[in-house]
Amino acid sequence: MADTPIAETTAETPIKRKGVKRRAFLIGGVAIVGAGLFGISIADSNAAKDAKARITGEGEHSFATWLKISEDDVITIYSPHTDIGQGANTGLAQMLAEELDAAWEQVRIVSAPAEPSFANVGLGRGFLAEMTGKPAIINGIPQSFLSFIARQMNLQITGGSTALRFTGQVTFQKVGAATRLALMETAAKRLNVPVGELTTQDSRVIHAKSSQSLRYGELAEEAATLSLDNEPKLKDPTQYRLMRQSMQRLDIPAKVDGSAQYGMDFVIPNMRVATIQAAPVRGGKLTSVDTAPAFAIKGVEKVIKLDNAVAVVAKGYWPAISGLRALAPSFSDGGHADVSTASIFQAHDAIIAKGEADGEAGEGDVQAGLGAKPIEAKYQVPFLHHAMMEPFALTAHFKDGKLDIWGGMQDPLATKMMAVEVSGLDADDVTFHPMIIGGSFGRRLPMYMEIVDQVTQLAMQLPYPVKLIWSREEEVAQGAYRPQSSAVLQASLTDKKRIAAYRNDYAQPESAESETVFPYRLPAVSRRHFAHVSNQNTGAWRSVNSTQQGFYNESFMDELAHAAGEDPVIFRRNHLTADSRHLRVLDEAAARSGWGTPLPAGRGRGVALVESFKTIVAQVVEASVGEDGMPKVHKVTTVVDAGSIVNPDAAMAQIEGGTIMGLSAAIGEAITLEKGAVQQSNLSDYPMMTMAQSPLVQDIHFLNSGAPMGGIGEPGVPPAAPALANALFAATGKRIRNLPIMTQAKG
Amino acid sequence: MAIQTSINGKAVALSAEPDTPLLWVIREELGLTGTKFGCGIAACGACTVHVDGEPTRSCSVPVSEVAGKSITTIEGLKSADGTLHAVQKAWIAAQVPQCGYCQSGQIMAAVALIEKTGRPSDAQIDAAMTNLCRCGTYPRIRKAIRAATGQAAQAVEGAV
Repeated sequence: MADTPIAETTAETPIKRKGVKRRAFLIGGVAIVGAGLFGISIADSNAAKDAKARITGEGEHSFATWLKISEDDVITIYSPHTDIGQGANTGLAQMLAEELDAAWEQVRIVSAPAEPSFANVGLGRGFLAEMTGKPAIINGIPQSFLSFIARQMNLQITGGSTALRFTGQVTFQKVGAATRLALMETAAKRLNVPVGELTTQDSRVIHAKSSQSLRYGELAEEAATLSLDNEPKLKDPTQYRLMRQSMQRLDIPAKVDGSAQYGMDFVIPNMRVATIQAAPVRGGKLTSVDTAPAFAIKGVEKVIKLDNAVAVVAKGYWPAISGLRALAPSFSDGGHADVSTASIFQAHDAIIAKGEADGEAGEGDVQAGLGAKPIEAKYQVPFLHHAMMEPFALTAHFKDGKLDIWGGMQDPLATKMMAVEVSGLDADDVTFHPMIIGGSFGRRLPMYMEIVDQVTQLAMQLPYPVKLIWSREEEVAQGAYRPQSSAVLQASLTDKKRIAAYRNDYAQPESAESETVFPYRLPAVSRRHFAHVSNQNTGAWRSVNSTQQGFYNESFMDELAHAAGEDPVIFRRNHLTADSRHLRVLDEAAARSGWGTPLPAGRGRGVALVESFKTIVAQVVEASVGEDGMPKVHKVTTVVDAGSIVNPDAAMAQIEGGTIMGLSAAIGEAITLEKGAVQQSNLSDYPMMTMAQSPLVQDIHFLNSGAPMGGIGEPGVPPAAPALANALFAATGKRIRNLPIMTQAKG
Repeated sequence: MAIQTSINGKAVALSAEPDTPLLWVIREELGLTGTKFGCGIAACGACTVHVDGEPTRSCSVPVSEVAGKSITTIEGLKSADGTLHAVQKAWIAAQVPQCGYCQSGQIMAAVALIEKTGRPSDAQIDAAMTNLCRCGTYPRIRKAIRAATGQAAQAVEGAV
C-alpha cells in the first residue's frame, strides 16, 4: 500500500495514520500467540459481560456474546460481519440456528455493535490458522488471549471470504451447540428427568417419554446463568436441516421494495449534506481556493478546507455538488507529476530485468531447469476499480462531547477506532452505527477510506449533523485499486511435453505469496516478487492477488500447452497430482463443458483452474469475437470445490456474480494514470459488463468434496480472465497478454 | 413557484430549485430513499423511476421538466394493501439482489419493459435492461423477468 499523506487541518489533534497493511496483524499475531497452550472457550467472560449489558433488556437473555434469546422465543444473533450482499449473515444464522435447533422463522440476525466486546475472535483464530498453516498451534491458544488480540486489532472485518469458514465454524456453530446444551440442562432440572432423555426441535426441548416440552424462551433466563461447554459436540452433517439448504436470504425482502436503508439513505433532523474534492494527484495538497463562487449557489452554507481536499456543505446534495463544481481549487502534485500508467510499467520492466527480487518462493533449481532458451511471455494488467454501486456516504454528528457516525463499512469496529483517533475523543464517546452496504468488493475496508477522516473532521467543526457523500467522479478518481501489475513468465519443456522448470517474476506493491496457490507439481518452480509502489492507494479488490496471478499462470499454462502441442486440459492434468481435488475439479469442468466437442465456426473454448481462499474453481469459457472486435462470451461452465456449502443457492449467486465481475474486468476495465492523476471520470469511461454482454448461459456445479470449508465470495472471480483469454486464442489464434482485452480490440 | 406533480398517485407541490435533478427531490425533499444515487450522469440506472410510465434516469432530469407529470418510484409499486408487485415477488423467488443497491432501478426498468412488451424476449431484455449491477445479478434478473411473464426460467442460447 502506498503511503498516503493524511489531512491534518482543522482538527486540533495531530492525526496519526497507522501504516496498517491488510494482513499485517497476522504476522504480529502469530509472533505473539506462539506460546499459548490452553483450552478454548467460545467467549471470554469479560467480553460476554459487556456484550450482555449492551444488548439485553427486560425478558432477554444473552449467551456467549453473539446470541440472545427472548422469553417470547425470538432468537437474535449478533453478527460481527457486514452483509454486503454475499449472504454472509444468512449463512451465519443458518450455522448457529442449526446447532441450536432453533425455529428458523423466529431467528433474526443483526449487526453486532461496533464495540470491542464484539471483536471477532473466531475470525482471528481462523485467519491465524490459515496463515500459519498449522491449526494445531491455534488450537492451543487461550481464548481470553485471542479475544484480547482481536480487540487490539479491532477485528470486525469482512473480507478474505472468511465469514462462514472462520466465524461460522470456529464460533457460531459452537455457540449454538453450547447454548442448546445449557437449555437442555435447564429443562432436565425443571422436568426432573435425565438429560439423555431429552431432544430438541424448533426452539423447544422435548421429553418424548412424558409428552412434555418446554420453549427455549421459558428456559432462557436460567440457562443463561450456566457456564457454557467450551467444546460442545457438533451435529453430524446427516442431521442438518438448515445448513446445506437454500434458505432464502433474510436481507432480500427489504431490497425489493426500497425500504432497505443504506448509508446513503441515512437522515437525521437538521442534517446538512457535504461533498468533497481531494487532490487529483494522490499525495498532493490543497494549495489555494477562492471559496466565493460556491456561495453564489443557493443552499450552500460552508466551504471547508482540509489539508488535501475542499468540501462544500449545503442544504442538500445538489447545491453541495453545484457549489463544489463552481470552485477552481489548486492542488499540489506531491512530486508525482511524472507518474503514469506507462511509467509504472517501465519501472516494472526495469526491476524485473535487474533481477533483485524482494521475495522468492518455490522449489528446485529453476535456473538450471530453464536452460538457455526458455519460453517467455510478459503479461500486464491495469489498476482496477471496485465501482460498487453505492458511492461512499457517511453521516457524522458531534454533540455534547460525543460523536456518532452512521454508514456501511467492512469493519465497523475499526471505523470507530479511526474516528476516535481523528477526533481525539475517548473511545467511549464515539459510536459507529453500521448500516447496509451497497457493494464493497474490498473498497470499504476502513484503512483505505479517507472518508472516515474527512467526515470526522467536518463533524468536529460543524454545529449540525453532516452527511458526506462522495460524487461518483470522486469515487472513481480516489480509489484503492487492485494494483497495476506486470509479470514475466518463463518455462522450459521436456521432450515428453512436461514442464521442466517454471518461473513467475511479478512486479506490484506487495507479495502475493501468502494467498495465491500454484497447483501444479513441477520439478522446479520459482515465484519472485519485485516490489514497486506508485503514488496510488492499492487495496484489496475481490479475490485480491488471485485475479492477476490467476491470469498470469493460467494464460501461460495455456501457452505452454500449445508450445508442447498438447490439449490444454490434458496438459494441465499431466502436471496435477493423481486423485487430487484440483484434478477432479478440472475433469468435471471439462466433461460438463463438452470440452473437445465441435463448436460453431469462430468460437473457441478456454480453460482455467485457480485456487483461492481454499476453494478450487475450474472454468471453461466459450467465446468468439464480434464484428465490433469485442469479445463475446457465450457460455461459462464452472466447477467449484469449496469443501462444503452452507447455502447452495447463495453460493451459486456468488459464483455467478464473481464470474461476471471477472469477465467484466478482463474485457473492459482499467484505471489509467497520466501526470500522477487518474484519467477516468465516472462509470461512463470505466465500462463494466452489462446484461447484454454477460453470458446467457452459466452452468455451475459444486463438488463438495468434504475438504475443510473454503471461501465462496471471491473464488469465482479469478478464472474468468484467463479462461476467456484462452478461449479467444482458441478462436482467433491471437494471444491476449495485456488486460483489458477491449484496448486491443480497438487498437 | 412550486412545481406541481404527482408521486406514487399523490399530488405534491415541490419547492426545490427548478434545476435540481428529480432524483434529489425524490430523495431529499420527499424522503423516498428507495430511488438510489449511483453516478449522477445517467450511466448506471440506479435512479430509474417512471415518468408517465416511461423508465427515466432521474439523476439527469431537472425537476422543472416533470411539472404536471405522473411519477412512480419503487415505493409506489406495491398495491394499496401492501401486496408486492408481481415483479417484486419474482425478484424474491429468484433471490435476485445481492448488495441490492441497484435493484430498485432494475425493478423499475423491468416493470416498464413488461408493461410495454408483455412477454419480453431475451433480445428485448438485453436491449431494455441496461442498468448496471456490480454484483453481477444479471442471470437472476433475466430469470425473474422470465418467471414474472410466465416463461421458462432458463434462457436458451439462440432462442428468439
